[in-house]
Amino acid sequence: MIRFILRRTGSLILLLVAVSFITFTLFQLGPADPASAACGQECTPERIAEARVALGMDHPFFIQYFDYMRGLVSPRMIGAPGAESLCQWPCLGKSFQTNENVSDIIARSLPYTLSMAIGALVLWTITGVGLGLLAALRKGSATDKFIVAAASVGVSLPIPVTGLFLLLVFVNQLHLLPFTTNEINSPFGAQGPWAWVLNYFLPWVALAVLFSAAYIRVTRTNMIETFSEDFIRTARAKGLAPRTVTFKHGVRAGITPVVTMLGMDIGLLLGGAVLTEQIFSVPGLGFTAVRAAISGDLPVTMAITMLAAFFVIVANVVVDLAYAAIDPRVRLQ
Amino acid sequence: MNRAPSLTQLQSTVEPTAESPSSDASSGTASGASAAEARSLLATAWLRIRRSKIALLSLCIVVAIMLFAILGPILSAMSGNDPFTSNTSPDVLDDLQTPGLPLPGYMYPSAAHWLGVEPGLGRDLFSRLAYGGQVSLTIALLSTAVSVVLGTVIGAAAGYFGGKTDAIISRIMDLFLAFPHLLLVLSLTPILQSRLRNTALGQGSFLPMASLVIILGFFGWAYLARIVRGQVLSLREREFVEAARSFGASHLSVLFRQIIPNVMGVVLVYATMLIPTNISAEAALSFLGVGVKDPTPSWGQMLNAAQSGNWYLSDPWFLAVPGVMLIVTVLAFNLLGDAVRDALDPKASRH
Repeated sequence: MIRFILRRTGSLILLLVAVSFITFTLFQLGPADPASAACGQECTPERIAEARVALGMDHPFFIQYFDYMRGLVSPRMIGAPGAESLCQWPCLGKSFQTNENVSDIIARSLPYTLSMAIGALVLWTITGVGLGLLAALRKGSATDKFIVAAASVGVSLPIPVTGLFLLLVFVNQLHLLPFTTNEINSPFGAQGPWAWVLNYFLPWVALAVLFSAAYIRVTRTNMIETFSEDFIRTARAKGLAPRTVTFKHGVRAGITPVVTMLGMDIGLLLGGAVLTEQIFSVPGLGFTAVRAAISGDLPVTMAITMLAAFFVIVANVVVDLAYAAIDPRVRLQ
Repeated sequence: MNRAPSLTQLQSTVEPTAESPSSDASSGTASGASAAEARSLLATAWLRIRRSKIALLSLCIVVAIMLFAILGPILSAMSGNDPFTSNTSPDVLDDLQTPGLPLPGYMYPSAAHWLGVEPGLGRDLFSRLAYGGQVSLTIALLSTAVSVVLGTVIGAAAGYFGGKTDAIISRIMDLFLAFPHLLLVLSLTPILQSRLRNTALGQGSFLPMASLVIILGFFGWAYLARIVRGQVLSLREREFVEAARSFGASHLSVLFRQIIPNVMGVVLVYATMLIPTNISAEAALSFLGVGVKDPTPSWGQMLNAAQSGNWYLSDPWFLAVPGVMLIVTVLAFNLLGDAVRDALDPKASRH
């Protein structure tokens, strides 16, 4: 088990380094000229040259990458010689637009993204697994057919359409919910948890509609498979109550693929729900990334992309480890 | 799926003999063989699809939507409008209470404007929907084609050559799968556009389309490649591959003539599933303002227009037109994808 953990952690570190390198390469070599993006309007050739020096672009590419990575673990100086400023670790560079530390921008956006992720996650796990289980238990019935059809439709609903529709109906027409505000980004804020729930409820629903559809399908398929296995028949034959058979034996065995999916989706969502945040004007990581991408604010987009990839990779490994802890067969592979 | 491998096994025993006399003859049989292969695959799929009402219905809708997009310019000419002419005269758009909102006679379908007009600029909605469908579907289909070619060739190469090639390619696939696609695509699209601007691909309204096709295509191949690799791992141990090799066929020829034709079933399944994903991706990116931009219409751009200035609140019809079109299209492609999968690859399940 320890060797397995070490091996997975080793490949995790390698993968993280590779991801950071590739992101850095794509962004640094990609645009026509990051320096002219950084220098903004009223650009003269001298100012572009200054900006190049300030961004460290006069150094060879590998030195630039190394400097960037060094900033993650120790403070470093950024800017043109003579006008340097200290960038505290973890230093992800400074925004072209506001000259703010990118790490501060990320720290400010993260609570919003977390608020979105947590509620949506709870909502879609309950509906997805619940409905999937119900469909599996009543396989072939009208309920099952309805749930399966609903899942097919749900998976085809583009978030911009659902999101705007929800806003139109529940906020604009029925006045049931408030429009999302930037002031609330945690359930422990001044306005309390209920205001937090109301504030994020529609974004949660928009995300949950899309995600729970996939969970319904996976749960249903796996539970049907599990319910047909011998140990379930044995448990029934022993005379156990149907409820015990379903939950203690069936769900326990059939739920593992859902756990995997959940881990991956958490990783994905922590990187920011780009569309949902945009529609509901929630200034999380995804929202910040869109704004930065449109205005050419490279350090910000680059850092958020890297961070999001980190979340996905780490979630991947955590899922693998959890799986290995639950199911001993995995370790042998 | 059952019939396909046996067919190619037959071909592969015939083909090497045809290959020896002249290279021209062999290329002739190869193209003939692949045509037969494709037909048998599609025929198998059709046989199964025909039995399911939902599959048939979704196929009809997909065909109808394709026709709608292809005939878009003709239909829009028939309606007597074009997608670019704006009409902001006070008989069309309100300029008292809500400036820019179409007056009731112009907001909803009418004989002059089949789907009403856009708020703000007063352009004909039907024309924009038709032209936009062309743009959206072109982007989705072309980017799917790019991903499918990349995924099939790379995945088949990884599975066939094995060893170090496989290890390296598999790591690259892991990397591609780890990146949060939307975020990366979103941030790289403006960068790619600034790169393409001075090339032949970057002219006018072609620029966003070309960059979306390249980016969506380039980031969509990894999943298919992984599936193809898995299939090829077992295929390469089969006798017909050994037979082809022992007749002196080169690795490349075995890869393209024996291996890849045998994974076309799985490729077709994932291609059908990739199309709706790419339609949604185009809509998402254009909605966010980094894809297709006004005045070029696309379904995503129309959603963007509905949100900007909060027009959808005073004119919900403006949101409903592209929204319903998108949902119907994605749903039809998804259901068709499910049907093709059930027909050709019954073991695979979504996710």
